[in-house]
Amino acid sequence: MNIIVDAGGLSCPQPVLMTLNKIKEIKKGEILIKVDTDTSKENVSRAAQSQGWEIADVQENEGGYQIAIKKN
Amino acid sequence: MKKNIFATQWGIIGVGAFIGIIAALLQKLGNPGNMGICVACFERDIAGAIGIHRAAVVQYMRPEIIGFVLGSLVAAYIFKEFRPRTGSAPIVRFVLGVFAMIGALVFLGCPWRAMLRLAAGDGNAIFGLLGLIGGIWIGTLFLKGGYNLGRVQKTYASAGWLLPLTMLGFLILMLIFPQIKGEAKSGILFYSVKGPGVMHASLIISLLVGLAIGFAAQRSRFCTMGAFRDLILFKQAHLFFGIIALVVSAFVVNLILEQFHPGFAKQPVAHTMQIWNFGGMVLAGLAFALAGGCPGRQLFLAGEGDGDAAVFVMGMIVGAGFAHNFGLASSPKGVGPHGIAAVIIGLIVCLFIGFTMRKRVN
Repeated sequence: MNIIVDAGGLSCPQPVLMTLNKIKEIKKGEILIKVDTDTSKENVSRAAQSQGWEIADVQENEGGYQIAIKKN
Repeated sequence: MKKNIFATQWGIIGVGAFIGIIAALLQKLGNPGNMGICVACFERDIAGAIGIHRAAVVQYMRPEIIGFVLGSLVAAYIFKEFRPRTGSAPIVRFVLGVFAMIGALVFLGCPWRAMLRLAAGDGNAIFGLLGLIGGIWIGTLFLKGGYNLGRVQKTYASAGWLLPLTMLGFLILMLIFPQIKGEAKSGILFYSVKGPGVMHASLIISLLVGLAIGFAAQRSRFCTMGAFRDLILFKQAHLFFGIIALVVSAFVVNLILEQFHPGFAKQPVAHTMQIWNFGGMVLAGLAFALAGGCPGRQLFLAGEGDGDAAVFVMGMIVGAGFAHNFGLASSPKGVGPHGIAAVIIGLIVCLFIGFTMRKRVN
């Protein structure tokens, strides 16, 4: 089951802070992050990659984006 | 996933360099000294143009600001990023806007101008920039402690249009009531006949430059506050490279145009009371950090439909009214009679906001 970080409606730096906190907490695995702006999508992706996580998938939906990141 | 070249490392460096070059050129084309672009000063001039304050030397409807918002709106629509949203503590953003402006006017410049002043040799800007970094650093402590203003909600597209439409209205007013040389008023708009307010590039150049910067900054997410915040908070230098590019390019163009004059005394639209250059920008930096963007970024966000950023912009314009009506703004002679009190009150208000508005959202 995926761990979900719901950062929808929050502006930067909150989505990045929440993602990094989750990364610190679980260290490896898969996280699904919900954001609602392109800026947040870019910032979260950049932050995850800087921590050695890879962007597994990005889905666009009506409310914004769902970003799946993972680290084995 | 669509590719946004402006958001790459070279993209943000390019946008920063573009802004630096344009700003130095705008000074050559008529804008005030070391003020090719200053978001705080220009919003203050707009407040003067519509009579919110009556400081005679700083009244002009700056087309650059209008262009920033409309350029961002165009970019947001072309790239399908116009997302009308609001409802994340608008009153708090208004108050932060008011005190951000007051802090910036005690220093005499927003972060953009602080960097442009540095790039032109104004040593006083160093104290302003140190203050800015200090204020943002305090802001990051609150962010780490759980400070946030809550989630936005989607709203009507027309709600996202309100600030862009206001700016369009300002532009139309300017066309109906154009500046008359030597006159302090044209129709309902106020104009300066001396001082920084009378110094400006032509309307069409200012507007086009504003549109271009608004477009590029929306795409790249250029933000001077975010540059320091991300560096302090995440050790991420992405946005920081953008502001380095701005300073370096403005410096080079200033050298070429002979606009580089190193020193502290008698710098254009600047004072040498270093404690308050520092203190004013601590206040401004903290307010920007708590509001999530520098004054330029707030304009670009407003252009892409962020109603809360629009409220921050309104707060800054009203703040300019307080700053000049109450004697809070500095002048080349030094801080205003009540500027120091205003900085202290502003810091107390920002600390109150930072300490009381925290909640774990996950």
